[in-house]
Amino acid sequence: MKTDTKIPATAGTSLVIPRRGFLRNAGAVTLSAAAVAILAGSERAAAGTAASASDVTILNTALGAELEAIAAYQVGAESGLLKQPVLDLAVKFQGHHKEHADLLAATVGKLGGKPVEAKAKYNFPVEKLKNQSDVLAFAAGLEKGAVSAYLGAVPLFQNRDLAKAAASILGDEAMHWAVLRNALGQDPVPGAFVS
Amino acid sequence: MAIGLTRRLRRAGRIAVLLGAAGGAAALPPATGLADAGAGRAVYDRCLACHSEEHDRVGPRHCGLNGRPAGSLAGFDYSPAMKASGIVWDRRSLDAFIAAPVATVPGTTMTYDGIKDAGERAALIDYLLSIPPCN
Repeated sequence: MKTDTKIPATAGTSLVIPRRGFLRNAGAVTLSAAAVAILAGSERAAAGTAASASDVTILNTALGAELEAIAAYQVGAESGLLKQPVLDLAVKFQGHHKEHADLLAATVGKLGGKPVEAKAKYNFPVEKLKNQSDVLAFAAGLEKGAVSAYLGAVPLFQNRDLAKAAASILGDEAMHWAVLRNALGQDPVPGAFVS
Repeated sequence: MAIGLTRRLRRAGRIAVLLGAAGGAAALPPATGLADAGAGRAVYDRCLACHSEEHDRVGPRHCGLNGRPAGSLAGFDYSPAMKASGIVWDRRSLDAFIAAPVATVPGTTMTYDGIKDAGERAALIDYLLSIPPCN
């Protein structure tokens, strides 16, 4: 599955994911105030000695997962199985993952690393996606996994600003997971802790 | 359901700790026998941002893991550290790696703090080793 495809526009949405263009334009993207603050933290890390090569590796692993999540939401949106308002929700969440990817790539660059790029092809279990619930469940699984991945990454950062940035993304992924669970008719917040 | 799973994992963890204490550091982490009950699959949910059973993703696929040399799947872009690790995946090596990936294989791109609960690890390993060979 290639991810640099266009989605038919729906009202009020812009689900165009030109993967290569996205990468080319990563430096020109407009970051939110929160992202700018986080990036400022990475600049402090770059100026000091607190960030390490292992921090860059952590960021690049996270970037790889974010790029895959963008592609996965693309599959869901292109499937034709998502109806409004769920399609708009998927577009919104995909946009968040793009923002995460932009920030992670910029930070890797600031720290002197080479950001990983999106794969030319991703393998997702499209044959198992038969209806909207299947797509939502697949997305929920990815989001839950993302929560766990960031939770496992936060304590590994040498630089506290980067740990804070990862925790910020973790919170967003957890909200995605909860909303998707709610859309599936499941308890949106099944426990007091995530693991 | 969640409470039952938690209790089973805690019980498995206590058993694992007790057996570990009795057998010393060289003791193999015990199978929990819980894989078919879904306990290990539930823990596997934590892996899904980067792994799947059937397909390579950010991390390599897990089908056919038992007995596979680390870093050996053709077409997957492993870290040099993983390719040079000399690890063969079995219950013992999985237990060590999942407990502390970065400490076990410094330089791995699996930048994850690890699963510290022995019972959860044992259940997860049951599940990983139960995944059929790749098609």
